[in-house]
Amino acid sequence: MPMFTKLAHKTSTAAKSSGQTAAKTAAAAAAAKGNVTSPAGKHFLDNTRWQKRLQKELMSLLKEPPPGVTVDVDQAHTKLTEWVVHMEGAAGTLYEGEKFQLQFKFSPKYPFDSPEVIFVGENIPIHPHIYSNGHICLSILTEDWSPALSVQAICLSIISMLSSCKEKKRPPDNSYYVKTCSANPKKTKWWYHDDTV
Amino acid sequence: MDSDEEYLYDCDSGNESSGDDVGLEFEIEGEGESGSSRYRETTENYPYEVLSTEDITRHMIDCIKEVNSVVNIPVTTTRILLNHFKWDKEKLMERFYDGDQEKLFSEAHVVSPFKTPSKSQRVPVKTSNGMEECEICFLNMPSAMMTGIECGHRFCTNCWTEYLTTKIIDEGMGQTISCAAHSCSILVDDHTVMRLIVDPKVKLKYQHLITKSFVECNRLLRWCPYPDCNYAIKVQYPDVQPVMCKCRNVFCFNCGENWHDPVKCHLLRHWIKKCDDDSETSNWIAANTKECPKCKVTIEKDGGCNHMVCKNQSCKADFCWVCLGPWEPHGSSWYSCNRYDEDEAKQARDAQEKSRAALQRYLFYCNRYMNHMQSLKFEHKLYASVKEKMEEMQQHNMSWIEVQFLKKGCRHPV
Repeated sequence: MPMFTKLAHKTSTAAKSSGQTAAKTAAAAAAAKGNVTSPAGKHFLDNTRWQKRLQKELMSLLKEPPPGVTVDVDQAHTKLTEWVVHMEGAAGTLYEGEKFQLQFKFSPKYPFDSPEVIFVGENIPIHPHIYSNGHICLSILTEDWSPALSVQAICLSIISMLSSCKEKKRPPDNSYYVKTCSANPKKTKWWYHDDTV
Repeated sequence: MDSDEEYLYDCDSGNESSGDDVGLEFEIEGEGESGSSRYRETTENYPYEVLSTEDITRHMIDCIKEVNSVVNIPVTTTRILLNHFKWDKEKLMERFYDGDQEKLFSEAHVVSPFKTPSKSQRVPVKTSNGMEECEICFLNMPSAMMTGIECGHRFCTNCWTEYLTTKIIDEGMGQTISCAAHSCSILVDDHTVMRLIVDPKVKLKYQHLITKSFVECNRLLRWCPYPDCNYAIKVQYPDVQPVMCKCRNVFCFNCGENWHDPVKCHLLRHWIKKCDDDSETSNWIAANTKECPKCKVTIEKDGGCNHMVCKNQSCKADFCWVCLGPWEPHGSSWYSCNRYDEDEAKQARDAQEKSRAALQRYLFYCNRYMNHMQSLKFEHKLYASVKEKMEEMQQHNMSWIEVQFLKKGCRHPV
């Protein structure tokens, strides 16, 4: 599984830079219709269809965000394939009042390929499934990903993962993992062994 | 001896046409191989067949039909069930009739065909005038464009196609692709896949994946391990027996390695592993070298006194070769180390002795193994030249019977 992600990711950065100018010139709503030339894979038929989906996801996240979640719209508009989502620890949980940032990266194969999701910024939540470099051990981000899931679903999963935490601590293998892992969490072969937290 | 070596050479006989042309639901496209005749062989009392890719597909369909004539459920469900039981028909029948069928279906990730059609159970998100929203591309589609399998999750056909293509091409999944909905484990049947996939390349890859998993999980089948050989061997019962593929590669049906009588499969596996990894290199190092007590560099001593000065420029440790302790207390006793620790010395000696013995033993057998391999190569060469001679002699008015002595003769020295 990790082998193709690198490739997909590379093409996505290429798509981003060319898409950037197009998105800026066109109005945000019309951006999806703009003919962005795409170097994506050949069975990736109509790029605009997936841009449309991302646009719609962005809209619905703006309109009805899950509690404590705000998406950085300007960032998403300049680069549709890279979002930053601000998240606030829910009241009554160990993370109450804390602020976190999640970074989403979408490959050209999104939504068939899962997005790359990591915590970024100053404050990385201390949680048994979150490594200090921001990588998250969550099955729907890799093998349990389904194209019917969405950014919203991922946010909700992460919120519930944080909310159900009973003790703030790092994963037991944190220092080793952080030293040896790839920058892309999707290249890690995760073992999902604990469904409780 | 003759008869049991026959298989090695007489491969031109026993070609038999199977000729059972069942209506293929599974089309075969783009397969270069035209030989659809099954190839029967027998070694003593071990009958087996060599199957081409088409034969395998046909055999797979036969299996499904056979089961289906008894259980009477949709063909696609039978295929998934059979795959779940690793194509063991008896096991499937047993579970089907003696156990909890509902449990069986859920374990195999299929919707029970006996349930009343429940497609209407899950009401799709309907918008006005017969449009539905596809949960993947978020577009409103006419209901005719929406499709799904028995679990009731519906997506537009474009998204299905792209989803299946990703699974097949990028993830190499065949029989185990599940519904695109989140946490729905119901498997997508082959008919649906073939219906939704348009690209012939993807179709072909899917068929390959299905055939591959069919052979790999079926205990009566084994791919010929020869590089680029696309045949599989089908036996009536699995056993440690030599089988010969159409490509003339002879291998052990049980483990897939070159035929290795009289060695047992697991021993051969150990041997190959031992030869492949570096265990003997490390044995040699252990038996013949010591490490510098300070910088741990590996040293082989080839003469001189026991006073060692490490050549590693950043180390330059002085130590005694015998006890590996620092040289200072030894003074001028260059050839005999007087600091003697009974236990430690014995331990070190034993360990070294042991790895020396292991190395000796390995080299002894390795030598023999290589020698036999060499002989085998020579034998093949000899046989090839004898065969040529035989043909030449037959050209010169000698009968087939008359030249057989040559073949027998060349076997004696081997």
